[in-house]
Amino acid sequence: MGGKFRETAMRCVFCATACACILAVLLICFFLFANGLPFFGEVSLWDFLTGEKWKPGNGIFGILPMILGSIYVTGGALLLGAPLGILTAIYLVRFCPTRLYRVLKPAVALLAGIPSVVYGFFGLTAIVPFVKETFGGDGNSMLTACILLAMMILPTIILQAESAIRAVPESYFEGSLALGATREASVLRTVVPAARSGILAAIILGVGRAVGETMAVMMVAGNQARMPKGLLKGIRTMTVNIVMEMGYATDLHREALIATGVVLFVFILLINALFSALNRRQVQ
Amino acid sequence: MKRARLFLKNAARYPGSFLVRLLCAAASLIVAGALALIIGYILITGIPNLKPSLFALEYNSDNVSLLPALFNTVIMTLLSLLLAVPLGVGGAIYLAEYANRSSRIVKAVRLTAETLAGIPSILYGLFGMMFFVTSLRWSYSLLAGGMTLAVMILPLILRTTEEALLSIPDSYREGSFGLGAGRLRTVTRIVLPPAMSGILAGVILAIGRVVGETAALIYTAGTVADWPKGVMSSGRTLAVHMYVLSGEGLHVNEASATAVVLLVIVVGMNALSAFVAKKLTRG
Repeated sequence: MGGKFRETAMRCVFCATACACILAVLLICFFLFANGLPFFGEVSLWDFLTGEKWKPGNGIFGILPMILGSIYVTGGALLLGAPLGILTAIYLVRFCPTRLYRVLKPAVALLAGIPSVVYGFFGLTAIVPFVKETFGGDGNSMLTACILLAMMILPTIILQAESAIRAVPESYFEGSLALGATREASVLRTVVPAARSGILAAIILGVGRAVGETMAVMMVAGNQARMPKGLLKGIRTMTVNIVMEMGYATDLHREALIATGVVLFVFILLINALFSALNRRQVQ
Repeated sequence: MKRARLFLKNAARYPGSFLVRLLCAAASLIVAGALALIIGYILITGIPNLKPSLFALEYNSDNVSLLPALFNTVIMTLLSLLLAVPLGVGGAIYLAEYANRSSRIVKAVRLTAETLAGIPSILYGLFGMMFFVTSLRWSYSLLAGGMTLAVMILPLILRTTEEALLSIPDSYREGSFGLGAGRLRTVTRIVLPPAMSGILAGVILAIGRVVGETAALIYTAGTVADWPKGVMSSGRTLAVHMYVLSGEGLHVNEASATAVVLLVIVVGMNALSAFVAKKLTRG
C-alpha cells in the first residue's frame, strides 16, 4: 500500500511540475494584459498603433515610430543575415571538409553564446565609429543596428537551417547526382527545396530574436522616438522604448509602456505560431 | 595537383556550379571573419585593461570593482536554478516517463514551453517587475531577478532534460519493470543516472544564459553596484554591471575588461556544456 501511495504521489508531483510552464504563460499573459489593457480606456488602440508622435510629457502616445523601427531594423538584419546564414548552412552540410567543420561548427555555436551586452559593447565601440567614418552621420543609426543584429541572428539561422538541410534524406541528393547533375546543382535544386519549410522556420526564428533584442540595439541605434528618417539616422524599437523609459515612468506613461509590451507580445506570439507551423510542416 | 586541375576543369565546364560553391564558401568565410573580429576585438581591447583594482574587495566609483557583481551573478544563478531545475527536470520526467504522448496536458505543456522559449527577455523583465517586484512587494531584489530568470530558463531545462531522458533506450526501462521495480524506482534508479550528463549539459547552458542576461534584470534586480546584504537587496550582475559601465561613458576601459571576464565565463559555460553532452553520446 505504502509503495503504491508513493507512486501516485510522485506521479502527481511530476505532473504538477510539468504544469509550471502552463502556469508561467498564464501568469505572464495575465500580468501583461491586466496592466496594459486599461491604458486603452484612455487612449484608443487605433491612435496608439498609428500615432506618429510619442510625447509622454504631453500625454501623446503613438507607437507607430517604434513599430516601424522594429520592423525596419529586423528587415535590415534579415537582408544581411539570412542569405549569409543559409549559404553558410549549405556549406556546412554539403561542401565543408570534415576538419574545417570541426572548427566552424563550434565557432558558430560560440557566436550564439555571446551575451547581448557584449555584442552591444562591440557595436558601440567598433561598428558605430566604423559607420560614422564610412557612411557619415553620427554612427548611432539604423544601419549600425542592422549590421549588429545581423551578426546576432546569424548563429540562430545557421544552426536551425543546418539541421533542416541535414534532415533531408540522403537519397534526394544521390538521386540527383545519379541523373548527372553536379553536386552544387543537386544541393540547390533538390536538397534546399526539400528543406524549404525548415529554412523558412530558421529565418522566422531569426526574426523573433531580432524583434525581441533589446540591450544591443539600444546601445547603437540612437533611440530617437520619431518616425524613421533614413538608414543613417537614429531609430527606436519597441523593446528599447520599454527599457529606456520604464525607469522613471509613472501612471499613464507607465501604462503606455506596458501596452507597448503587449503589442510586442502579440508580435512575438504571431512569429512563434508561424515558426511552429513551419516546423511541423518540415517534420511531415 | 591532379585534384586541383580537375577542380579547375569542372569550374570551367559548370560555371554556375562553381559560382554556387564560391558563394557558399565566401559566406562561411564572412561568418568566421565576423566571429574572429568580435572575439579578437573584445580580447584585444579588454585584456590590457584587466587591472588588479578591478577585483578589489571594496567597491567604489573609482575602481568600479567587478567583484560584487561577480558575487551577485553567482547568487542570481543559484537562485534561478533552485526554482528552475526541480520544475524543469520534474516536468521533463513527467513528459518522458509518465504521460501519454497524445494527452491534452502534454500538448499544452509543449505549446507553452515553446511559447516561453520565444518570449524576449525584456518581456520577462516587464513580467517580473509587475509580478515579483510590484505585486509581491519584493522591490528590486536578487530574489525577484532570480525568479524572473528561473521562468526564462525553465523551457530550456525542460527541453534538454526531456531529450536526455528520451535518449535512454527503452530496454533499460523494460528490464527494470521485468525485475519488478515500480515506475518511480525505474525513473530514479535506472533512467536518471545515465541521463545525468545530458541534464547537466542543459543546466550549464542555462547558467550561460543567466550570466549573460541583462534586459530581464534591470527592472527586477536593479542596478546597485555594491555587495548585497541578502537575497532581498538589489544588486547588479556582471552583465548589468557591464551595461551600466559602457552606458555611462566614463569607464569604457573597465567595461571592456568586464566584457572579457563575461565572455570567458559564458563561452566557458557553453564549451563545458558541449563537452558534457558529448560525454553522454559517447558513454
